[in-house]
Amino acid sequence: MPIEMTMVTFYIDNQPYVVQAGRNLLHACLSLGFNLPYFCWHPALGSVGACRQCAVKQFKDEQDTRGKIVMACMTPAADSTRISITDPEAHQFRASVIEWLMMNHPHDCPVCDEGGECHLQDMTVMTGHSYREFRFPKRTFRNQDLGPFVNHEMNRCIECYRCVRFYRDYAGGRDFDVFAAHDHVYFGRHESGTLESEFSGNLVEVCPTGVFTDKTLKKHYTRKWDLQTAPSVCVHCGLGCNTIPGERYGTLRQIRNRFNHEVNGYFLCDRGRYGYEFVNSEKRIREPLFREDGRSSLEAISPDSATEKLIEFCAESSAVIGIGSPRASLEANFALRTLVGPEHFFQGVSDRETSLSSLVLSILKEGPARSPSLHEVEIADAVFVLGEDVTNVAPMLALALRQSVRHQPMKIAERLHIPEWDDAAVREAVQQQRGPLFIATTDSTMLDDVATATYRGAPNDLALLGFAVAQALNSDAPKVANLPDEVSALANRIAVELKDTEHPLVISGMSCGSEALIQSAANVAWALCAAGRSAALCFTTAECNSVGAALMGGSGIDTAIESMSENTTVIVLENDLYRRADRAKLDAALAAVKHLVVIDHLDSETVQKAGLVLPAATFAESDGTFVNNEGRAQRFYQVLSAKSRIGSDSYGDPFERSDQLRSGGVVKESWRWLRDVIKATDRSDAGHWTNLDEIDGALAAALPVFAPILKIAPPANFRIAGQKIPRQPHRYSGRTAMLAQLSVHEPKPPDDPDSPLSFSMEGYEGEPPSSLIPRFWSPGWNSIQSLNKFQDEVGGPLRGGDPGQRLIEPKQTGPKFFDEVPDAFQRRNDEWFLVPLSHIFGSEELSLFSPAIAARAPQRYLAMNDDDAGRLAVTEGEEVELRLGGNIHYLPVKIRHALAKGTAGLPVGLRELPFVDLAAWGRIAKCNHNE
Amino acid sequence: MAGGYQAVRKVVREMTPQAVTALIKDSNLKGRGGAGFPTGLKWSFVPMGDDARHPKYLIANADEMEPGTFKDRLLLEGDPHQLIEGMIVAAYAIHADVAYIFLRWAYRLAAERLQRAVAEAYANNYLGPNICGSDYSLEMYLHVSAGRYMCGEETGLLNALEGKRATPRAKPPFPAVSGLWGKPTVVNNVETLCNVPHIVNHGAEWFKSLSHTGEGGTKIYGASGKVKHPGAWELPLGTTVREILEEHAGGVRDGLKFRGLIPGGASTEFLLEQHLDVKMDFESVQKAGSRLGTGTMIVMDDKTCPVGLVLNLERFFAQESCGWCTPCREGLPWTAKVLQAIENGDGQPIDMQRLALHTKLLGPGHTFCALAPGAMEPLQSALNYFKDDFERHIREKRCPLR
Amino acid sequence: MLSEHLTMLTEEIKREIEAEMHHYPRKQGVCIEALKVVQRHRGWVSDESLRELAEFLEMTPDELDSVATFYDKILRRPVGKHVIFVCNSVTCWIMGYDRVRERLTQLLGTTLGETSSDGRFTLLPNVCLGACDHAPVLMIDGDTHLDIEPSKIESVLEQYK
Repeated sequence: MPIEMTMVTFYIDNQPYVVQAGRNLLHACLSLGFNLPYFCWHPALGSVGACRQCAVKQFKDEQDTRGKIVMACMTPAADSTRISITDPEAHQFRASVIEWLMMNHPHDCPVCDEGGECHLQDMTVMTGHSYREFRFPKRTFRNQDLGPFVNHEMNRCIECYRCVRFYRDYAGGRDFDVFAAHDHVYFGRHESGTLESEFSGNLVEVCPTGVFTDKTLKKHYTRKWDLQTAPSVCVHCGLGCNTIPGERYGTLRQIRNRFNHEVNGYFLCDRGRYGYEFVNSEKRIREPLFREDGRSSLEAISPDSATEKLIEFCAESSAVIGIGSPRASLEANFALRTLVGPEHFFQGVSDRETSLSSLVLSILKEGPARSPSLHEVEIADAVFVLGEDVTNVAPMLALALRQSVRHQPMKIAERLHIPEWDDAAVREAVQQQRGPLFIATTDSTMLDDVATATYRGAPNDLALLGFAVAQALNSDAPKVANLPDEVSALANRIAVELKDTEHPLVISGMSCGSEALIQSAANVAWALCAAGRSAALCFTTAECNSVGAALMGGSGIDTAIESMSENTTVIVLENDLYRRADRAKLDAALAAVKHLVVIDHLDSETVQKAGLVLPAATFAESDGTFVNNEGRAQRFYQVLSAKSRIGSDSYGDPFERSDQLRSGGVVKESWRWLRDVIKATDRSDAGHWTNLDEIDGALAAALPVFAPILKIAPPANFRIAGQKIPRQPHRYSGRTAMLAQLSVHEPKPPDDPDSPLSFSMEGYEGEPPSSLIPRFWSPGWNSIQSLNKFQDEVGGPLRGGDPGQRLIEPKQTGPKFFDEVPDAFQRRNDEWFLVPLSHIFGSEELSLFSPAIAARAPQRYLAMNDDDAGRLAVTEGEEVELRLGGNIHYLPVKIRHALAKGTAGLPVGLRELPFVDLAAWGRIAKCNHNE
Repeated sequence: MAGGYQAVRKVVREMTPQAVTALIKDSNLKGRGGAGFPTGLKWSFVPMGDDARHPKYLIANADEMEPGTFKDRLLLEGDPHQLIEGMIVAAYAIHADVAYIFLRWAYRLAAERLQRAVAEAYANNYLGPNICGSDYSLEMYLHVSAGRYMCGEETGLLNALEGKRATPRAKPPFPAVSGLWGKPTVVNNVETLCNVPHIVNHGAEWFKSLSHTGEGGTKIYGASGKVKHPGAWELPLGTTVREILEEHAGGVRDGLKFRGLIPGGASTEFLLEQHLDVKMDFESVQKAGSRLGTGTMIVMDDKTCPVGLVLNLERFFAQESCGWCTPCREGLPWTAKVLQAIENGDGQPIDMQRLALHTKLLGPGHTFCALAPGAMEPLQSALNYFKDDFERHIREKRCPLR
Repeated sequence: MLSEHLTMLTEEIKREIEAEMHHYPRKQGVCIEALKVVQRHRGWVSDESLRELAEFLEMTPDELDSVATFYDKILRRPVGKHVIFVCNSVTCWIMGYDRVRERLTQLLGTTLGETSSDGRFTLLPNVCLGACDHAPVLMIDGDTHLDIEPSKIESVLEQYK
């Protein structure tokens, strides 16, 4: 982004305004707070001038009284530019644009999902058009089935072209386009079919009308004004995109984007947007469960009994160990750690992952390379991806990389004096030029189409490439011997391109399970820092609090398993151990322990083995803190109160659930369950934390790395003009009727001791601090475009700063280069090196509970390249036998050309596949039995 | 020296590109495709320094689809080498590396003849490397379109050549800066380019002397409709309407009376009896409230319904809208539907206001390109000059002429 | 892999397309040309042809169809043996298009946009064909027919068996 600090003065209705140079008039007017209507412009997509809605009158000078109509989005806000927004001709023209759009628009607001958050509705009111004169038949279209995420209703289309521009230009999707011409233009696919882009769900927010709407919301439809919302964070990967979950009648209905300029900006990936159904799942644990003895089944007990039982167990055992979780909040992990003590606290991941994340953290903490925010990735000049299939592991990172490759070629547009916001002209001038993006992975990726060059190999070979690049950058880095010429040449090329920029970026992670790979990435980044570049080093992490949990220390699950004996009480926090450890070992260990206690929100194999189960609140029912891969600590707030769970049927209507009444809403934050036990065991060093502020305070004191979390958001007693911040919009309906069938007396709204937010409509109506914004709305701006009012500069940071606190900053100078260069990968005769293959739909635990996501998850398979398949005489779809870690798996073969010979790929996280500690060697043979 | 391609030989051997551009500027040659933009000026916008981006492109817009226009076809079928020669000179003037003839789908005969002519030019060293032994090289290709009026719009044409939908581009940046494939490009009309070799051969003064007014050169004028001798004639620029209509086209057929004409193809305003002595050059026609456009006039007799005529035009424009911008995509069908209703006898008094309002709303700058403003030109003047016809349709609930 | 089963794209079609590719910096640039080549050989562009052609040009079917459906001369529905394009623009209209159209629909037993039941002719409207001094005008296959009168039409159609 060219940052010109020159300012210009331009005139709106004869009043002078000073803005930064280089903006277009629409952007400038909106940023100044003027309500100028628009459709096709979007802060992330730039201007194309198609809709003609933002018309203003421009005057040559003060003497010019006639002026001419121009489109604000296509006109630079230059020095001395004079415009009028209120000019009658411009006003009439804008109203006419609405009138034209209304010619064919179905008058179906009452039954249209978009109603109440519809940008077209808002602009219609804003322009003042009302009376319908068009008396002829409307043009109509047939709709397509675009898959389980996005609904299609083409009659509502106002042909703003935003959808194709987002889907194709911004997100790189190719299976969606515009068809036909004149007033028959059609936006869809060549034929019905599921949209392939991992970012297709953004169409529902990008579309200003109800053409593209959230199909999953339809199952439990609610108007925007009827949704109770709170600021939250996505739990489906390590990037920590900010979200706004919406609930009604105790059901989580929808996830919408929550703008954070530093993290996700305007968009979410489909996993994050549609993975929420687990909160409503039948598999939810709604009350404490207890198993009398080894033979009986789990039965419901009261919360008090449950707590007592846990206290008993802890007292009985000589060893109480706690296994935390990378998907549980900092507070939950800390509470467990406090209860069992740091020496008995285990990270909820394998030993391998524990050691790798420890390495990653030390690299970021001790090294000179900065861990970048997602926004910083977007503006990197040159990128080197080492070993991560970004699209599947950290999808929004892939979206950011698609924007980063546009960065360097922007110079071409600059030289031709084409402003950055003039999107079509920039793209035409730049053609296919892209900034450098090098992708070195074990298999092909969805980003390959924008890569400068790709390199495939086993993890060791990828690491060798990394080490070679570092050596080419800095002679102090270790040499790589016997590198094939082409690889050497590639390494030199990568080194040159990375060094030739100001902001190079290296991306790596733990997906390959390789220490050497991570070290090589560090070497590259450090070499660039030594060369004076502002190099960034980004590590992907698997889960929403992987970094947070890792920062808390502790050994891994394998070590935990070793330590289990018949005297042990194991407390498992929000974790299905069977997804992280060898089944046989786990079975044996868990069968032997004295007590297995699980605190979780969903039924799982581990839960089924437990003797005591405590119902944990999900992210939607609790407050807490997650730390993302950047090292940014972010706060998520409760959107539905676990305490007053009404329950609802699948249509979202409330009904009486007597079992709920019986247990009186007992789902609690994990840390509160643990706190109760700590209190009872009377440990003087543990606080009797009554609310989030107190546990956070204790956490920050005990582990100073977390000190900045106290600054993420105002404390629970924060008020504005004595008022709390309402989770419900002021138009929220049905409050008195909702529970009338249970009792005519309206109950007191639930308390929220943990935050300044209330479960009510009452409270401060204005703009709260950015970390507390529960929804974006402004008078006259009911749609997501209201976000403009919350930014000083539209498209820029939220007013007052974007939420989140970075915990990790680089050091000025770094340690010496890592010097353990691995050996090159060597094929073996009947063994293959199994590498993990990640799937955006399927590899992540929680999102799989959403039927829409489960429908798109792959079936289990084993991937190999054609050569290897040929050696085994197997073809696509035929079964092979895989012997790995003492287990035998039968899997159908998938041919993946890009996989290196001698390697094979196994999908991660699928329900039908047991846990395998990858990467590892395994024997593969053609299946002999008949099936 | 006799024969064709003398101009090419002259420029590549004796003149600098800048000198060629200066010559064309001097000659006052204006675009003959309808816009009337000074040709030399257009060429001068192309960056010519060592740092100019290559390849540069010269494109002949042979996508003649303006209803009522048939002049370029005659040039293409009748003398393809004239066009090719003009293109080579133009390409030389802007340092172009590649030239395209963008030909409309329907001109089959022209395609055959152009294809052959291009091959002949290559065979005789007028195209390809080192033209006429100079160090100027030029590749030339014929591209035949797949329909759509929007391909005739300069930037729509560029998108069509790139294999995309022919939606227009915003200007700035102008094609001279970022055109075909983002490179410096000049698009000229066929007739415009056909003038170029003659200007090179005989000079700017000669060219200027050919016209009746200061604007330079000749023009191919045409007349169609119920005239005695429809056709096309090359005449001095500035010949009067009367001369074309009465002398060359023989006037309106016997039994019919002249009612009005559209002087320059479908997207120009009507001229009436009182305008018959207007000179058909850019400035004079504009003063008379119309546009020279393509210079091929469509004659309306007194038995042809003005409402029906304008309806036909608006249906054409509505159908040819590319669908990019709102006022054109939605506004044109609305006017067409209103006109259809009026013609069918279902018109309402309020329809007159609706039509008039559209002619104001769909003005230049209001829409993304000039298609819709062009569409409004005949409608606006018909509402003005033939108001009674419209009102009769509405009052009598029928077309009085049927 | 689709390319192993290409049935609509013959070698000849592919060669004709490849001959045009060299002056486009990107393969996709030749797509309009390619669509016309396919249409020349097959009369129209079916969904199947479109999908095969897309793969050949390294485009998605959506991308290619986006271009194909924009251009009215790319026919995406089946046509008869011969295609009649009758000009319906202003001069032809002044000179009698309505009666020409009536006669045509009468003779063919079909309306604009449809194919005669014997599969011989498809009747399509066209914008100005650029021969206004000889209006009304129509094109059949590659041939332009000038000065059309209703009485002449039958004999013109006879030429196309």
